Amino acid sequence: MSTPHLLLGLLATGTMHGYELKRAHDTRLPQARPLAFGQVYATLGRLLRDGLVASTGPERLAGPDRTAYTLTEQGRATLDQWLSSVEPPMPYVNSPLFAKVVVALLVADVDRARAYLVAQRRAHTERLRELTALKTAPSVTVDDIVAADYAIAHLDADLRWLHTTLDRVADWHREVHP
Amino acid sequence: MTQLQARGLVKSYGPTPALRGITLDIDEGEIVAVTGPSGCGKSTLLHCLAGILRPDAGEVSWRGHRLDTWSEAARSRLRRTDFGVLFQFGQLVPELTAAENVALPLLLAGTGRRAARTAALTWLERLSVAECADVRPGEMSGGQQQRCATARALVTEPRVLFADEPTGALDTLAGEQVLTQLVRLAREHRTSVVLVTHEPRIAAYADREVVLRDGVIDHTGLGLDAPLAGGSR
Ligand SMILES: Nc1ncnc2c1ncn2[C@@H]1O[C@H](COP(=O)(O)OP(=O)(O)OP(=O)(O)O)[C@@H](O)[C@H]1O
Ligand SMILES: [Mg+2]
Repeated sequence: MSTPHLLLGLLATGTMHGYELKRAHDTRLPQARPLAFGQVYATLGRLLRDGLVASTGPERLAGPDRTAYTLTEQGRATLDQWLSSVEPPMPYVNSPLFAKVVVALLVADVDRARAYLVAQRRAHTERLRELTALKTAPSVTVDDIVAADYAIAHLDADLRWLHTTLDRVADWHREVHP
Repeated sequence: MTQLQARGLVKSYGPTPALRGITLDIDEGEIVAVTGPSGCGKSTLLHCLAGILRPDAGEVSWRGHRLDTWSEAARSRLRRTDFGVLFQFGQLVPELTAAENVALPLLLAGTGRRAARTAALTWLERLSVAECADVRPGEMSGGQQQRCATARALVTEPRVLFADEPTGALDTLAGEQVLTQLVRLAREHRTSVVLVTHEPRIAAYADREVVLRDGVIDHTGLGLDAPLAGGSR
């Protein structure tokens, strides 16, 4: 995830203090790992250095919390460029899930690989149910739904892969250990 | 409280076994997904539980009463009052408007015309298709038809809703909207739901998942086509 661009984007909505940025981040991305204050300030420091944001208010005097940050023109240009570039669609196939099955087949047997796939499928299914419950809760916001949708679609894709791979494990093992 | 109870259900179509001993309890307000590979017996189980099919052996009890021994007339009466049924393709009556379709089960159960129409409009509203009230199915989108069919299945405020791939004919977003509303309304009214589906993301709406394999409940809950310890090295 690109924290610098996220912060630039949030600052495009108006000048903010560090703690306001953190709060805005956690609200807009409700299912993301909450941003640590340390990370906010470290990122802001780099953005300041590169001239992408400017600071206003009593700097350093009363601690970093009193400083407000604004997007500079250069920051706006960087943000625009980021927004108009397409993310490369899965340029490498390297998920920890995939890697684990490969290694299991290399060092263990078919049953070990299957046992892992089955356990992973159970964990995925539980998470899918959690996120679905979140989506159907009466107090849900669109922020929540959009975040949950993203995760649900990916879990669903993983589950399909886990399912078909379970059926292919024996063939695959024969190929790895001819 | 247990609403629906199945004990050792067996059902064959000629020589083809479809259910080979299913035992299952469904509580009040519980949403149960029935999943498993194609041909494993999901629809047959749903039909037996809803009293549409009579099992060859085993028992189905509704609030402690043996449903499988009732006459067809008694079972179909139950399907007009305490049970609601919803299929993949809504199966609305093409000659009737949405409001007339939704009012139909109430009219069959003896409700007066005006009260039936009022209730129908309320349920169309709850499923966000109030605008379709005076439209016939042929002039509605698939998603609108399925919402109307859902309204029709719920209008009698059934205690159990049986849904067989209710969103199978819809795209992801339309399917989710129907399902989200269905689940919300079921929770609000403490309706039990038997939800047949082959999609994990649909099954995730349920409180519990029952996985079938070759006509039996797969207690590993995995729905594997092949046994786990295959020893196929
Ligand atoms: N009317 C019928 N006549 C003969 N055989 C049938 C009939 N209905 C179902 N079967 C058979 O019974 C078995 C279980 O069918 P059922 O329709 O319950 O499966 P299902 O799990 O609902 O499958 P799907 O996911 O494809 O809808 C299958 O082998 C099927 O071929
Ligand atoms: Mg079926």
